[in-house]
Amino acid sequence: MQFKYFPHTEEDLQEMLRVCGVSSVHDLFADVPEAARFRRDYELPQALSETDLRLFFEQLTHPLNAQQLICFAGAGCYDHYAPSVVQNLIQRSEFLTSYTPYQAEISQGTLHYIFEYQSMIAELTGMEISNASLYDGATATAEAAMMAWSNAKKATRVLVSETVDPKVRRVVDTYAHFHGIPLQLIPAENGVTSRAALDKELSEGGVAGVILQQPNYFGIVEDFTGIADAVHGQKGILVINANPSDLAILKTPGEWGADVAVGEGQSLGIPMTFGGPGVGFMACSEKLIRKMPGRIVGQTLDSRGQRCFVLTLQAREQHIRRQKATSNICSNQSLMALYVTIYLAVMGKEGLREAAEMSYAGAHSLCDKLLATGKFRLTYPDQPFFNEFCVDYDGDLDALMAEATECGYLAGVKVGEKTLMLAVTEQRTPEEIEELVEILKEHKEARA
Amino acid sequence: MATFESGLYYSESHEYIRVEGEFGFIGISDYAQHALGNVVYVDMPEVDDEVTAGEEFGAVESVKAASDLISPVSGTVVEVNEALEDEPELLNKDAFANWIIKVQLSDPTELDNLMDVEAYKAHCEA
Amino acid sequence: MNRTLYGNLIFELSKKGRRGYSLPQDYDRTHSTAELPEALRRSEAARLPECDELTVVRHYTNLSHNNFGVNDGFYPLGSCTMKYNPIINEEIAAMKAFAGLHPLQPAETCQGALEVYYNLQQSLAELAGLSEFTLNPCAGAHGELTGLMVIRAYHEAMGNKKIRNEEMKKDEAPASSNSLNSTFSNSQRTKVLIPDSAHGTNPASAAVCGLEVVEVKSLQDGTVDVDHLRQLLDEMGDQVAAMMMTNPNTLGIFEPRVLEITDMVHKAGGLMYYDGANLNALLGECRPGDMGFDVMHINLHKTFSTPHGGGGPGSGPVGVRKGLEQFLPTPRVVMENEKIGNEENKKDAASASSNSLIFTISHSQSAPLSVGSFFGNFGVMLKAYAYILSLGHENVKHVGPLATLNANYIKERLRDDYLLPIEGLCKHEVVFDGLVDKSTGVTTMDVAKRLLDYGYHAPTIYFPLLFHESLMIEPTENESKETIDAFIDVMHTIAAEAKSDPELVKTAPHNTPIGRVDDVLAAKHPITTYWKSLEA
Repeated sequence: MQFKYFPHTEEDLQEMLRVCGVSSVHDLFADVPEAARFRRDYELPQALSETDLRLFFEQLTHPLNAQQLICFAGAGCYDHYAPSVVQNLIQRSEFLTSYTPYQAEISQGTLHYIFEYQSMIAELTGMEISNASLYDGATATAEAAMMAWSNAKKATRVLVSETVDPKVRRVVDTYAHFHGIPLQLIPAENGVTSRAALDKELSEGGVAGVILQQPNYFGIVEDFTGIADAVHGQKGILVINANPSDLAILKTPGEWGADVAVGEGQSLGIPMTFGGPGVGFMACSEKLIRKMPGRIVGQTLDSRGQRCFVLTLQAREQHIRRQKATSNICSNQSLMALYVTIYLAVMGKEGLREAAEMSYAGAHSLCDKLLATGKFRLTYPDQPFFNEFCVDYDGDLDALMAEATECGYLAGVKVGEKTLMLAVTEQRTPEEIEELVEILKEHKEARA
Repeated sequence: MATFESGLYYSESHEYIRVEGEFGFIGISDYAQHALGNVVYVDMPEVDDEVTAGEEFGAVESVKAASDLISPVSGTVVEVNEALEDEPELLNKDAFANWIIKVQLSDPTELDNLMDVEAYKAHCEA
Repeated sequence: MNRTLYGNLIFELSKKGRRGYSLPQDYDRTHSTAELPEALRRSEAARLPECDELTVVRHYTNLSHNNFGVNDGFYPLGSCTMKYNPIINEEIAAMKAFAGLHPLQPAETCQGALEVYYNLQQSLAELAGLSEFTLNPCAGAHGELTGLMVIRAYHEAMGNKKIRNEEMKKDEAPASSNSLNSTFSNSQRTKVLIPDSAHGTNPASAAVCGLEVVEVKSLQDGTVDVDHLRQLLDEMGDQVAAMMMTNPNTLGIFEPRVLEITDMVHKAGGLMYYDGANLNALLGECRPGDMGFDVMHINLHKTFSTPHGGGGPGSGPVGVRKGLEQFLPTPRVVMENEKIGNEENKKDAASASSNSLIFTISHSQSAPLSVGSFFGNFGVMLKAYAYILSLGHENVKHVGPLATLNANYIKERLRDDYLLPIEGLCKHEVVFDGLVDKSTGVTTMDVAKRLLDYGYHAPTIYFPLLFHESLMIEPTENESKETIDAFIDVMHTIAAEAKSDPELVKTAPHNTPIGRVDDVLAAKHPITTYWKSLEA
């Protein structure tokens, strides 16, 4: 069994077996009932040398198998710029190969950056408190729904706007169903949450929480004025799922009066990597701190009087509270939280704003040009959008998108029979925008 | 060493109740606070909430443990000890002086199901 | 290290006007966010740091020096399987061609990614002895929750019919409605049996899934009390959705009566859930499916070598036995022409011509569960699949035996100084109940902190809860005899110090960047952001 990850020599093995009082490693499984023993070889490929392994993956990433498309797709995953220092620093093995920082004395690196991460997320979202991160934006939203439900004493349901990303809603639906939370959908009207429907539901009472998204699934920036007061009027909590990269500019969940802000942090420069890993964030008001799921890092002092950081409020967590814990989560997306922290440190106050500004400008430029072709019209005219928007196309949308793909462009995400949703980030050059418009404009409908 | 106070009723889950007329002051025993260690948070109900004998009404947290508070009697919460919000460590300083909630008893016969100090002492030593 | 310089928070290094980035300046400025109504814009800029690039690089590099990872030294953290995280896997996961894939791009443009995804699903199924896997869950706890959801969905669909696993056929399951809101409300199977020795995550996951936890007692050696289980099944068997088990259990002991247990629960109509936390012990020797488990999760970040990253990202694939595939969450990656359960086509697809579409993404399932926006942590899956390919069938089978040998060797060599509460074989980890000689008052916590002084990560402490002074050591298969011997020597040294100079051990650590932390202060008045610390 000589293999690069197995250090024992034959001599080592014999000596260790002798100490254990057995003659073969298999004897160490003598307590396993025979019917449960696995007595054949696994049907798996043969071991690959490092050279062959590299070749294998190079084959899989050949342009035919992993086409690098110029990305105008969003829908929850965005192609933002990532400064090279970020990827380099998170690869440091002291971060990469460590576990959850239980032993604070030799984990200050991790605890320190999580404290910075929490501070940055709290500041971006305009909230008082942040946890150390969750799996992704969708599960963070589901956790917020459970938080609202456990916070309410006599509520009958949680309201979710139809303008929340359907992928996120599916996850919230799944969690709510099993957890036993009745959900009610608030319909969309011209691409935004119907205020009439929301007000009607709120007036009937019994609402534990309301879940909204900003910018919403269609890229529209909604006006939430007055909603927080109405929700708080009946002791419910307002949850806003926000896109953090836009929060450099947009009114924060805190300013809207939200009690909980959640979302997907991938837009803070994390590579798309086919959808994961990203990072879910959750921030809340101070009064909800003990209802919040996930790890939290706090500041304290050590025995020598130095400022240091430690996992705190652990009595909320599953390893102590078992079935009474606020959640079953027992980790965080720590390395991705580090990614976000370094990204925000490098981009800083101005860089995040500038990237958001460029994304906004690019999306609006693309929109103008698409409308000018005469082949597209805005799906939701007169609604303000940020860096993502929907257009309707009367022809064969699938064929149109397929042609763009042939030309090396991911033209967007199809969100309706006729509706294409496009996103622009600071990575898209004016030339790329021009060329995509050209491709879409020149596309000829096949004749039936 | 844990101290025990006579004249109170005790439950198996280490809550005590001091009865004064139709009211009872509920807290955790000195034995319980010793077992928990440094208390960092007390989760308390609100005034006017109903509590039921044998059911939880809150929790006490230390750094490494959390313990549900089980009501020894049924009744209505008429007061909560707000001092514990800022200074949960009062439970460590003097568990008997620092009650957690004051309730109006709905069924005083429930007190018969509780232990006196001698029985409770034996319960702790068992 | 100069802590006054490097102990700063990044906010304290910020100076107005500094820049750490550069973005292109030539873009169409026709529009700007000033167009947005003021009511939609934030009133003040976010107080993010303003730092130059070198300041940022140095700050985080220095922070890393205050950390300890597997690459720094022996990390015998029980139950966490801190094995080596091969460097080549990082290289593969960072390949630009994978990093640049959008999850919604057409399947025909990302066949390479889908192939990895599909093959990893299949490899895990073979290693687990189960039928199908979903890779969507992002962590072990997430997998556990997903697995329990699958179990509940199954019971709802089966209308609470008592069946035995060998009778479990897919055509027996009625197709359920497409909407979750109204379906699945009729099963009485709302209880889940969990051994009292289980990790806290098991009952927490059950509670999130809306299940009621019923504890099964353990015997003195920590294994399941089968008589108590039988009694519970007699009392409430028709209400039991599942029993959750970890095997080897949280004490590192193989459950000797596992076959009897799975059989009893199946006869009562419940399913068996396998918590894959300790799967590493079994690679090569047994498979959960063969022991009678129906649903399980695997922690890729434990058994399949992907780095823990200071707490994540992990990945918690969930596998099911035949007949339960239709309850797995969407999206699923499937082979073209392979509709779930359609066996003949599955074989043909493998020989499909190379220029046609082979792998597709399916959203159609009878119970439309979803546990994440996309496909889970794909970057982590790449590393796990690279690991499986590196080992191949000829090396994977040695993982469990070697990890188990290392643990038993430590057990035999430390039992003179550390109290071994359970005699006999352990599997991949060994639990001691503190020092044999406790007369000087040195606790497990003290031993753990003293180990830090000697350059080791501490074992898992105060878990399992069955013993007061639990000290749980998991060495993994990657550690050399020299490393393990050196660790054993240090453990003996600490035991000697506990007698000769107990104060030294009780006040440890002494050589770490910080001393013991005041966690009471942290919890009593939580300061969890820089902004809050400014108020204090």
